[in-house]
Amino acid sequence: MSALWEPSPRERERRQVRARLTRRRVAQGSIATLVVVGGIAAAVLLSPGWPRVRATFFDSFHARESLPAIVDGFWINVKMFLIAEPIILVLGLAIAVARSSRSPLLVPLRGLAIVYTDVVRGIPTLLLVFLFAFGMPELGLAGLPDGAFFWATVALVVSYSAYVAEVFRSGIESVHPSQWLSAEALALSRGQALRHVVVPQAVRRVVPPLLNDFVSLQKDTALVASVSIFDALFTARDYANYNFNYTPYVVVACFFVAMTVPLARLCDALAARIARRERAGAR
Amino acid sequence: MSAVPVIEVRGLRKTYGERVVLDDVSLTVGVGDVVCLIGSSGSGKSTLLRCLDLLEQIDDGVIELDGREISDPLVDPREVRRSIGMVFQAYNLFPHLSVLDNCTLAPRKVHGRSRSEAEATARDLLVRFGLGEHVDQHPDRLSGGQQQRAALVRALCTSPRLLLLDEITAALDPELVGEVLDIVRELAYGGTTMVLATHEMAFAREVATRVCFLDGGRIVESGPPDQVLFDPEHQRTREFLRRVLPQ
Ligand SMILES: Nc1ncnc2c1ncn2[C@@H]1O[C@H](COP(=O)(O)OP(=O)(O)OP(=O)(O)O)[C@@H](O)[C@H]1O
Ligand SMILES: [Mg+2]
Repeated sequence: MSALWEPSPRERERRQVRARLTRRRVAQGSIATLVVVGGIAAAVLLSPGWPRVRATFFDSFHARESLPAIVDGFWINVKMFLIAEPIILVLGLAIAVARSSRSPLLVPLRGLAIVYTDVVRGIPTLLLVFLFAFGMPELGLAGLPDGAFFWATVALVVSYSAYVAEVFRSGIESVHPSQWLSAEALALSRGQALRHVVVPQAVRRVVPPLLNDFVSLQKDTALVASVSIFDALFTARDYANYNFNYTPYVVVACFFVAMTVPLARLCDALAARIARRERAGAR
Repeated sequence: MSAVPVIEVRGLRKTYGERVVLDDVSLTVGVGDVVCLIGSSGSGKSTLLRCLDLLEQIDDGVIELDGREISDPLVDPREVRRSIGMVFQAYNLFPHLSVLDNCTLAPRKVHGRSRSEAEATARDLLVRFGLGEHVDQHPDRLSGGQQQRAALVRALCTSPRLLLLDEITAALDPELVGEVLDIVRELAYGGTTMVLATHEMAFAREVATRVCFLDGGRIVESGPPDQVLFDPEHQRTREFLRRVLPQ
């Protein structure tokens, strides 16, 4: 039946019109982009101070010279991010679940979770990095490494898990009460309802704000430069101070952008796929 | 019979991927007609209604509203929907707005009515539909039947030229079905043209000027209710009716 179907002339015409409309939208978008980007570029390049700015910030010689050291330093940022992020996700989700639990046995945990998020979010991340990197090794805790890298990573984990926990919690609370009801009606326990019904929906919903925190974390790995860890920023500052040229800072900025943009696109694509699968025909 | 039908559908086809959901559907709805779509679950009733409201991009065929082709990609769907009211199977009320605000949103933002004018109209209709005491409540506080009536009022508040109703009585108890039936009949006499999907055969028989039986995305049979419901020509229709009509 459907194998025999051929689009009617009207439908073919309609497809052409739709294609034309799409092409027109693409053209409009491209022109608008060109005008805006071109305008900004012209304004910058034609400004009187541009040659001086180019010499101090965009010098290709200094960019090449500082590159190898920055690459080494950037690897530290990447490593720190890759280690911290999974721990933050797990810890954040655990805190959020603890906060939304209703079990009487978990009351102390709930109180602890509330205090934790309130206090930690109140302290500037840079301060946490100082406290952990300088203070913790002094305690001489047995069995724990006392390197600045370790403790700076811990500081980031502590700080971001509090933010991520709040993101997860708002996601959990945004799931409609009817979902809890139908889970309860199926005789699922509260924990099971959380695990199989509520949290999966909540996680999907909070992907964009989580990504926001990821990107923020990637950048905040540069805070560890302030406790003399040779990350990308510290390396760049080192170079800049010796050579009186700020180009390495721009190079570092490019590295950070190069790391965050693909992640953002990936998360957008994931979210779009989930939406297509689950929202289709939901009217 | 007026010369130009309100809705005219010819050779409508709709697919989801490989799946053909509507196949060569043709339908004419004249002024004041009340067309009932019947058919088993999954036969494409809701999809057809969504296509008429341009909520789905169709794969072939032509839809005309008052003689003008609205399936043309150059037609602004929002302008078409201004004159069409739609009530969904699952109500789809906005949970963050009170019942009254649900009903005044489109009149105020789309049709440019003043708040007081829109609220007066909405209150009037809500009282008529027995929702007078729920005007300021949020939809989640209402029973299913009350939500459905609120959704119906929301669609009526813009005085649409055509009403598309998707199984609006499915969630109502028999008493309320009668009540809604009265209102729908009243609307029909008032000149409102309607296309409605329903599983309620008595309802269809009562209000329809024409009944269309859908099966597997095709209109198998269509005609006056007494003919389609009591003297069907097609085997498929007879089988379906034997299952749904009490003996
Ligand atoms: N978004 C979608 N993606 C894929 N298939 C869909 C989608 N929406 C509907 N369908 C399919 O289209 C067919 C017709 O669905 P439709 O909702 O129109 O049926 P219906 O006649 O309204 O049924 P019911 O009486 O149960 O409301 C079904 O088989 C359904 O699986
Ligand atoms: Mg349906």
